[in-house]
Amino acid sequence: MEIFRSHVLVCGGTGCTSSGSVKLVDRLNDQLGELGLDKEVKVIKTGCFGLCEAGPVVIVYPEGTFYSHVQTEDVDEIVSEHLLKGRVVRRLVYQDKGDHPSVGKSLSDIEFYKHQTRVALRNCGVIDPENIDEYIAFDGYRALTKALTEMTPQDVIDEVSRSGLRGRGGGGFPTGTKWKFAAASKDDKKYVVCNADEGDPGAFMDRSVLEGDPHAILEAMAICGYAIGADEGYIYVRAEYPIAVKRLNLAIEQAHEYGLLGQNILGTGFNFDLHIRLGAGAFVCGEETALMASIEGHRGEPRPRPPFPAVKGLFGKPTNINNVETYANVAQIILRGADWFRTMGTERSAGTKVFALGGKINNTGLVEVPMGTPLRTVIYDIGGGIPHGRRFKAVQTGGPSGGCIPARLLDVPIEYDSLIEIGSMMGSGGMIVMDEDNCMVDIARFFLDFTVDESCGKCTPCRIGTRRMLEILNRIVEGKGEEGDIEKLERLATTIAKTSLCGLGQTAPNPVLSTLRYFRDEYEAHIRDKRCPAHHCRSLMQYQIIDKCRGCTACARVCPVHAVSGEVRKPHAIDQDKCIKCGACYDACRFDAIIKA
Amino acid sequence: MSEQMINLTIDGIPVEVPQGTTVLKAARKVGIRIPTLCFLEEINEIGACRVCVVDYGARSLQAACVLPATNGMKVKTNTPEVREARRTVVELILSNHDKKCLSCVRSQNCELQKLSLELGVADENTFSGEQTAHPIDDGSVSIVRDNNKCILCRRCVAACYGTQAVGVIGPVKRGFHTAIESAWGMGLSDTACIGCGQCIAACPVGALREKDEASYVWRMLGDETLHTVVQTAPAVRAALGEEFGLPMGTNVTGKMAAALRRLGFSKVFDTDFAADLTIMEEATELVGRMQNGGVLPMITSCSPGWVNYCETFHPEFLPNLSSCKSPHEMMGALVKTYYADKVGVPAQDIRVVSVMPCTAKKYEADRPELAGSGYPDVDAVITTRELARMIKSAGIDFVNLPDEPFDRLLGDSTGAAVIFGATGGVMEAALRTAYEVLTGETLGNLDFHGVRGVKGIKEATVQIGDLALNVAVANGTANAGELLDAIKRGEKSYHFIEIMGCPGGCVTGGGQPIVSAQDRMARDPRMVRAQALYQADADMPVRKSHENPEIKQIYRDFLEKPNSHKSHELLHTHYIARPLYHEGAR
Repeated sequence: MEIFRSHVLVCGGTGCTSSGSVKLVDRLNDQLGELGLDKEVKVIKTGCFGLCEAGPVVIVYPEGTFYSHVQTEDVDEIVSEHLLKGRVVRRLVYQDKGDHPSVGKSLSDIEFYKHQTRVALRNCGVIDPENIDEYIAFDGYRALTKALTEMTPQDVIDEVSRSGLRGRGGGGFPTGTKWKFAAASKDDKKYVVCNADEGDPGAFMDRSVLEGDPHAILEAMAICGYAIGADEGYIYVRAEYPIAVKRLNLAIEQAHEYGLLGQNILGTGFNFDLHIRLGAGAFVCGEETALMASIEGHRGEPRPRPPFPAVKGLFGKPTNINNVETYANVAQIILRGADWFRTMGTERSAGTKVFALGGKINNTGLVEVPMGTPLRTVIYDIGGGIPHGRRFKAVQTGGPSGGCIPARLLDVPIEYDSLIEIGSMMGSGGMIVMDEDNCMVDIARFFLDFTVDESCGKCTPCRIGTRRMLEILNRIVEGKGEEGDIEKLERLATTIAKTSLCGLGQTAPNPVLSTLRYFRDEYEAHIRDKRCPAHHCRSLMQYQIIDKCRGCTACARVCPVHAVSGEVRKPHAIDQDKCIKCGACYDACRFDAIIKA
Repeated sequence: MSEQMINLTIDGIPVEVPQGTTVLKAARKVGIRIPTLCFLEEINEIGACRVCVVDYGARSLQAACVLPATNGMKVKTNTPEVREARRTVVELILSNHDKKCLSCVRSQNCELQKLSLELGVADENTFSGEQTAHPIDDGSVSIVRDNNKCILCRRCVAACYGTQAVGVIGPVKRGFHTAIESAWGMGLSDTACIGCGQCIAACPVGALREKDEASYVWRMLGDETLHTVVQTAPAVRAALGEEFGLPMGTNVTGKMAAALRRLGFSKVFDTDFAADLTIMEEATELVGRMQNGGVLPMITSCSPGWVNYCETFHPEFLPNLSSCKSPHEMMGALVKTYYADKVGVPAQDIRVVSVMPCTAKKYEADRPELAGSGYPDVDAVITTRELARMIKSAGIDFVNLPDEPFDRLLGDSTGAAVIFGATGGVMEAALRTAYEVLTGETLGNLDFHGVRGVKGIKEATVQIGDLALNVAVANGTANAGELLDAIKRGEKSYHFIEIMGCPGGCVTGGGQPIVSAQDRMARDPRMVRAQALYQADADMPVRKSHENPEIKQIYRDFLEKPNSHKSHELLHTHYIARPLYHEGAR
């Protein structure tokens, strides 16, 4: 094995890749080659670091220097100063708010990382996901070895059950129980399926695991296969995740070469093989029965349960299906034990959970925290609070199936059951923060629009009911709401939640129900007063110029419809009949003289 | 091994059912009829419409049609929450349904209409909003699809894919825009649709119906220059009465003949006559094939849905198909030749109308090769349902009509012919004649119970003299396909096979009165209607085709003998392999 004095880790996650991190790797290698440093310094493209907001991210070890927003033109300086002369490039070092420019924090001191506990993401941003040796160097496949050589299938199931691991895809069903059911089904053929059809808007937890640590999924699926008596598995992954697909294929290939997949694994007589199936992007295919229908080549539609997949699943055979993040915990549980796992999280929600933090928040990115962490910690300590000094209004968890949680409930610990109690849900881990400029009716409308679009159309309540709810919400935000609309929404929401065939429909009304619960006054203002309290809904707001106007003409110049008039150095005015409410004047004004009313 | 029994309570009533029973069926056992819409027993059990939801203490309400009963389960079918949910679901369905009940052929026999009333829908526009708009697909000569009435229950899809193994319709698009369509939005006529009409029989509303030819028939009847005769298939008499409120299984042969005469047809003939003729021709053909090393097994050809299926999906079996035309086409050819001569009316002035339990017959009548006289054998085909509508619109008091006989010459028939309407009937009729023709002996017991009943595939070995004749009977094209595949794999070997395109045979053909899903659970129309035909057979003085006096007469006076040159000209046909999708259809 080659020894290097320095390792440069470049984030190869989705966010950093799209802001040019691949070019950084090339440039680094070129420069190091030119200076003859390529035998001393190793450049590694890793999985996601999580702090996407600071990307592209580059970390130099052994110092642990965390460079943020690195551009191609910065590479030469990093090479000539840091890697050649050992002088940290101060201007590129990531800083928390209020840090002195001379401070150079290591990863674990940065606010964003300080409160996190990385189990599912432990190798993301640490190893080269395209190299099985690096995974193995970080204890990779040791859990599989342990399971196959020291444990019976029942031992494995018991360990997973005792760990308290629950499904990370949203439902929160105890994983050990699921495995137990699949193991109990008698059949000559069984399957293990990985649900990597991550579909919540803005969520990319599973993607990061697949891209940053694909072997962890392979290992966990093999362990599951051993536990339930399956010799074949499928990973159902979105075609929109090309990097994940590529790395999974590579990982399967490498695992085969090493005899960690295929026939007679590690000489134990255990056989296990994996296939990849690409999803075409239908959200409903994340529902387990729809997912299996899709693998079988049918239209991706859910079917009633029972029979559950553990009894009759893929191709009619007993099947265990878990989500990516669930599997990402398994090897660690087998290796370090259920007791270790239970030290994290709470009694009913053990371990950690990964969240994709987005919306009106300073540090957008991927975070992993122990269950039970209060929402406030995630949003303020890790997320760095709300930008531009705006006021926090709500946080939406659980994706389109989740609900909006108001400021007064920010100290609620993040757990499966506590989130459901307050009208939201864990979901797969989307966390979208809203500030005072967000209209909650419009937010509900936005999420419902998504589910209406993604309904498969099989059952009546979801197919027609969600559509009717959306029509009512559209009317309300357009100022055409009527008395009785709220009651109609509630009646529809209740029926849809109670009668829909699958989880998509059953949870589709949640954004509406939760906003009705916590922000009912906003609905009433729209309907009765024809007013949007957040001044967001175009039909219910106007831009107005107040007496702070200096007559600089900036607004008049940007107005695309010539709705702003006024003489130079005299207050301007907006012709409301002409105004299309595009907000260009509002953004252009440097004197806060334009307000939303 | 005894069946494991499950004990549960439904609305507090204890009920014991075998394991695997759904809550829906368990509830029927104690007199609780949970409303259903997408459910069609054994055909479509997918829990999609959510009308049958019940409460058993789970987080959400569950569809009773797919919910297995479990021990200790406490089901509530009638709580305010359940009732509200069911009503809301129906109101939502109504919000995207065209609600043109006044002009709908299914009005008063519509499961949605019935549910709306039963569940207390006070306003069909409660949830009015955007409605999907679809063009009506009326390009097929058999079936009209109006998606503006479709409620997406998928019963038609299940019938087409499952029962019939044709699969030319299915859900496309998703969410609110989901629609049942053919690939690439093609019209049914551009697909491999076999026209069997099982989709119509499955449809709870008016989204699927037969292509109407009644108006064409009315025009013929109103044209005094035409001589319009009518014939009725065996199965029609076993079901027509249902359209007039008579119990299922009432044989209305006499009233039907009387009604047709009152509608103004010049002659009322019985396709049963032609069924006897078919037996003569087909039995002779079979004997010929067996004696001369012809292609075996020979397969019947009287079901046009089956013939279409064979031509499209199994053209390799076309040489096995009997060359006999189907009975009503034989009748048409004879009306325009034999009968035309007898009454002295030129063939071009004669119109033949067939009343059939079948929508595929409409396509069959359009086949250019079926024109024995030089004119189309049959000019119009109306289904049992269309005939009922004609009788109603003519103000005929059907139920109180006297029984009248068919007209002579082409009206006499035997018990062998009337059972053509049930699956296995053609086989049984053929065996009666084949036995006596081959052995020269009189058959003692005329009933071949081995080929009766609604099982999908039936097999029997019949000893005829020295010959052990292996026969099989399949009903429903999915079963037919299964049987043919088994033959191709060499697992099965037969001399003679009867295949009917529709499950149950013609009594439950795609043109018959439609029985709701709930009524089908109470009584199986395949069996009840067939029983009417078997009873008619038993009551007949003559029960063997070759003993029909008019059959004897026509061979004597006109056709000479079965499979004669003249027979071949008028009564036999050929088949054409067809592609799955018509060229340029996309």
